[in-house]
Amino acid sequence: MAEPLARLRRFTTARVALGRAGNALPTAAHLDFVEAHAMARDAVHATLDVDALAAELAALGLPVTAVRSRAPDRHTYLVRPDLGRTLDAAAAARLTRSDPALALVIADGLSATAVQRHTAPFLAEALPRLARIGVAAGPAVIAVQARVALGDAIGARLGAEAVAVLIGERPGLSAPDSLGLYLTWNPRPGRTDAERNCISNIRPAGQPYAAAADTLAWLVGEMRRRRLTGVALKDERPTGALPAPA
Amino acid sequence: MAYAHTVGGTRYVFPDLRTLLARASPFRSGDALAGVAAASAAERIAAQRALADLPLRRFLDEAVIPYEIDDVTRLILDAHDASAFAPVAHLTVGQFRDWLLSDAASSEALAALRPGLTPEMVAAVSKIMRIADLIAVAAKCRVVTRFRNTIGLPGTLSVRLQPNDPADDPRGVAASTLDGLLLGAGDAVIGVNPATDNVETTIRLLDLLDMVRDRYAIPTQTCVLAHVTTTLAAIARGAPVDLVFQSIGGTEAVNRSFGVSLALLAEARTAALALKRGTLGDNVMYFETGQGSALSADAHHGVDQQTLEARAYAVARAFQPLLVNSVVGFIGPEYLYDGKQIIRAGLEDHLCGKLLGLPMGVDVCYTNHAEADQDDMDALLTLLGVAGVTYVMGVPGADDVMLNYQSTSFHDALAVRAALGKSPAPEFAAWLERMGIGTEATFPPTLSPALIGLG
Repeated sequence: MAEPLARLRRFTTARVALGRAGNALPTAAHLDFVEAHAMARDAVHATLDVDALAAELAALGLPVTAVRSRAPDRHTYLVRPDLGRTLDAAAAARLTRSDPALALVIADGLSATAVQRHTAPFLAEALPRLARIGVAAGPAVIAVQARVALGDAIGARLGAEAVAVLIGERPGLSAPDSLGLYLTWNPRPGRTDAERNCISNIRPAGQPYAAAADTLAWLVGEMRRRRLTGVALKDERPTGALPAPA
Repeated sequence: MAYAHTVGGTRYVFPDLRTLLARASPFRSGDALAGVAAASAAERIAAQRALADLPLRRFLDEAVIPYEIDDVTRLILDAHDASAFAPVAHLTVGQFRDWLLSDAASSEALAALRPGLTPEMVAAVSKIMRIADLIAVAAKCRVVTRFRNTIGLPGTLSVRLQPNDPADDPRGVAASTLDGLLLGAGDAVIGVNPATDNVETTIRLLDLLDMVRDRYAIPTQTCVLAHVTTTLAAIARGAPVDLVFQSIGGTEAVNRSFGVSLALLAEARTAALALKRGTLGDNVMYFETGQGSALSADAHHGVDQQTLEARAYAVARAFQPLLVNSVVGFIGPEYLYDGKQIIRAGLEDHLCGKLLGLPMGVDVCYTNHAEADQDDMDALLTLLGVAGVTYVMGVPGADDVMLNYQSTSFHDALAVRAALGKSPAPEFAAWLERMGIGTEATFPPTLSPALIGLG
């Protein structure tokens, strides 16, 4: 009648059936955890390679500008979220009004690793879908030490009708490289999270690029039709719902 | 009214009580973010000395948030019991600290004092305490609550089994629950945070947890930690609700940002009591709190985050909860930056909750952007165990795959129970023995996975 605990692993990604060394974890399970935490910590402190990302975005045909928030370094960024939502003055001066339909802001957020890995392949799926519904996305603005709401300031400077912020999500132990996307209609400083729509966990093992791009194209179409984003704009497609925010 | 103290030839003036409390708070990033922290170590000790000289009575005359604009202030002052307060009414905050640490402050004396204490009084005294003091006084506090078992008896340490699943998959929740039961967790509650807060998901998870509890005949309670309005809707549809959960804070405005009011919490408690599902007692509420929530909601009124946290406990105690826990490291480094700040905050929250009479647990936890790791959690968990914490969390492998943060594991709870000679709640301990749950790497026949749909 004795059944091994390990069968529980079939039902969940949680760390079940780890075994015991006394009351502690066995060595392998203990070090698995430490390794996952190490990956997450390194992702939080990773620096975005702006030049490499800019070259990838340019290859997709996007005009690219690089800016920074008023948080001068990662420590300040972590303890002063207000500075991460505000544009550095010199950076703001580089943004000129072009009244785009959908500005793209690529923000390092809490995982430059996610942004470096997933931005270009995701946009390679998303840009053609947006073009098919008549939306020429861009320009792309790469922003470092940036929070989601920095997209409001950037979108306002550009005179954008809407802004999509692609940002590195807070790393979990199961994935240090989840990319999030926040869509905001009529961006301007002071917008709240309730006025945005989110696509979370964009990565091949989470929300795959093509599926996330389908969701984005649907949301952008509805946003332009109804001229709003946020809680009033729910994903009402018959199959598949928006994932829960991480 | 202004307060002042001179340190090193400099006279520091604090224009009002909320400023004095904020400047006296041991440093944490959230108070700096709010712009209320002391600007120097000298200013902080000046504030602490001025606070130590302050009569406790002063807190009954000067509210940190005006009575007229905040229903939590009204709750605190209207519910204050002057006769319970009488034994300490003549003391200053500093003298109150000395009294709390003395033998005169017995478990019985501390219990009798509770209705006479306000959150601001307990926050104030905690600010002039070291960690050793926070532990010594908390360890004397006895708070016992009951639903289907008895939580908080001396010598016990309970565990909330937290079997979260990123997709609310019932089989994933069931598998994590079974894993936790086999490691002795679940006497505080088996409580799931739903990934999606809607009534259908909530009912599905409530049905699952009730089925698991029933099939294994576990003397415990279950909970789906959905918004109170979702739980009310589930009750209206006949779902098996043991406990009503809600996140709460220390100001009317932060509670509004959570979508709750005191009246709504009262309505929910009445609805849960009417189900009469508790067999040993009628503590039907479960609250979570955490320093920084009010600032995060821009609802802090210039009050420091630790004082606001203590005010949340005044909200909690009005509803006789079974369980209350601070989720101390969850909110992130802009509020509690590192292991040092998280450890102190966890012990402050535990003491303040216990002094006010709450069955206080702590979610010993951190996020990956905080300067903390498992060593910090081991330290806080052990310190809380010595302080007599009512319960802690049990998460498979300490890794919550839905909320993406690290809490304490089933193993951690076993280890601290063993190190400190603590047992689970007595009814649950007897169940573990009856079921033959031990240290073997197999399921006892009584706990077959097939019984709960994991065939």
